[in-house]
Amino acid sequence: MKGAGVPPEPAAPSVAARGLVKMYGGFAALDGIDLDIGPGESVLLLGPNGAGKSTFLRLVAMLQRPSGGTLRLWGEDPARADRTALRRRIGLLSHQGFLYDHLTAAENLIFYGRLYGLAMDAGRARKALAEVGLEGRRDDVVRAFSRGMQQRLALARALLHEPEMVLLDEPFTGLDRQGARTLQSMLAARLRGRRTCLMVTHDFEPALPLATRIVILADGRIVLDRPAAGLDAAGLDAIYRRTTDLAVPVPAAS
Amino acid sequence: MTYFGIVALVAAKDLRTELRSREQALSLMVFAVLVLVVFNFAFDFTIIDFKTLGPGILWVAFIFSGVLALNHSFRIEREQDRIEGILLAPIDRSAFYLGKVLSTVLFMGTVEAVLVPLSAILFNQSITPRLGLMILALVLNTIGFAAVGTLFAAITTQTRRSEVLLPLLLFPAAVPIALAAVRTTSHILAGRPFARYANWVYMSAAYDLIFIAAAVLLFDYALQE
Repeated sequence: MKGAGVPPEPAAPSVAARGLVKMYGGFAALDGIDLDIGPGESVLLLGPNGAGKSTFLRLVAMLQRPSGGTLRLWGEDPARADRTALRRRIGLLSHQGFLYDHLTAAENLIFYGRLYGLAMDAGRARKALAEVGLEGRRDDVVRAFSRGMQQRLALARALLHEPEMVLLDEPFTGLDRQGARTLQSMLAARLRGRRTCLMVTHDFEPALPLATRIVILADGRIVLDRPAAGLDAAGLDAIYRRTTDLAVPVPAAS
Repeated sequence: MTYFGIVALVAAKDLRTELRSREQALSLMVFAVLVLVVFNFAFDFTIIDFKTLGPGILWVAFIFSGVLALNHSFRIEREQDRIEGILLAPIDRSAFYLGKVLSTVLFMGTVEAVLVPLSAILFNQSITPRLGLMILALVLNTIGFAAVGTLFAAITTQTRRSEVLLPLLLFPAAVPIALAAVRTTSHILAGRPFARYANWVYMSAAYDLIFIAAAVLLFDYALQE
């Protein structure tokens, strides 16, 4: 029995990477990443194409295995731990929604919910749809949905099993400003402080208000790791350009 | 959800998708009927006994439509990275495999249910007296083909040229089941006693068991990067 004066053990970080390497043939997509993401933290992972952002996210999602270094999720090594139990704690929202076009919104949620062992029925699907403003479209097939509606349905799918950690892979791709704002506010309501979040995106503007920390990758290495507090989109853009050497001189108007 | 609940869930999802889209049923059926019609014109069945060539013709139609069914089944999962949605789920991946086998067997079975009576009409054959044995041969060999085909379709699904790779990998592995299928069907159509071809039937059953057991054990690795 623990004594009253003994401080509780600090929770293991949701993600702990040490010297993480991922090779594709002779190419190092990740070249020695050291990164801890604490419970409830919301990390915005940025970088130019090929920097290794998506690779890192896929390793955390256990869709790929590292070539070197260690990766621990909640203190457990996915290579040795019960991967099924770890998968239950993760939700992924990608720019691809993983939705079946010829199934209705409710059928998609029931299918995925049951894969996660939830007692899904029409009532529970309706409730999940109501949370993303799609209750009126529950019996419509997904192919009749706009891109924004599909992403909202994909968000409901990703959060159906109440995951502790949410991975967002370019969630705003293909959305217009209104759609991006709607998704952003829905994400903000469901994520901030309550769940660990790792976001990979090129679209700073809607993602920045969701982030508590900014990490920039270039050539498979971390080149910047700082709190998001006090940064606006213009400031982040300036930092991003400086760190990744992407500043392109604008030709003077003639 | 139980293991077999996931199997049924995956198969039901495939069937529901197909019932709505009707993308696959039509192309499979048209393809299989065309094979029958082309062979009907290619050979003079007033001279050649259908019992000699018929089983081969039927199984060419079934196997090629099976390849189409497998390609379609995994193309759906590949599009929009839906396969990743499955890989992320906390399920035993072999349950997904068995669900895919079940839906492929049902798609191929639908083609067979149309093609066997149609061939009986086209080639003036009576299969009614041996219907039970014919169904046994179709079921055993279709399961075997779907079992090996689903495993290879999963292996090739994340490659760029999966639709070309699948038949290249699948056909050599499917030779035993194709051979057993044609021989069994041939004996059944000729009305020979079961003892004459029992070994082929046992071989099909053994092939089914071996490939399903191996695939259940290997499927997790088949879907890895």
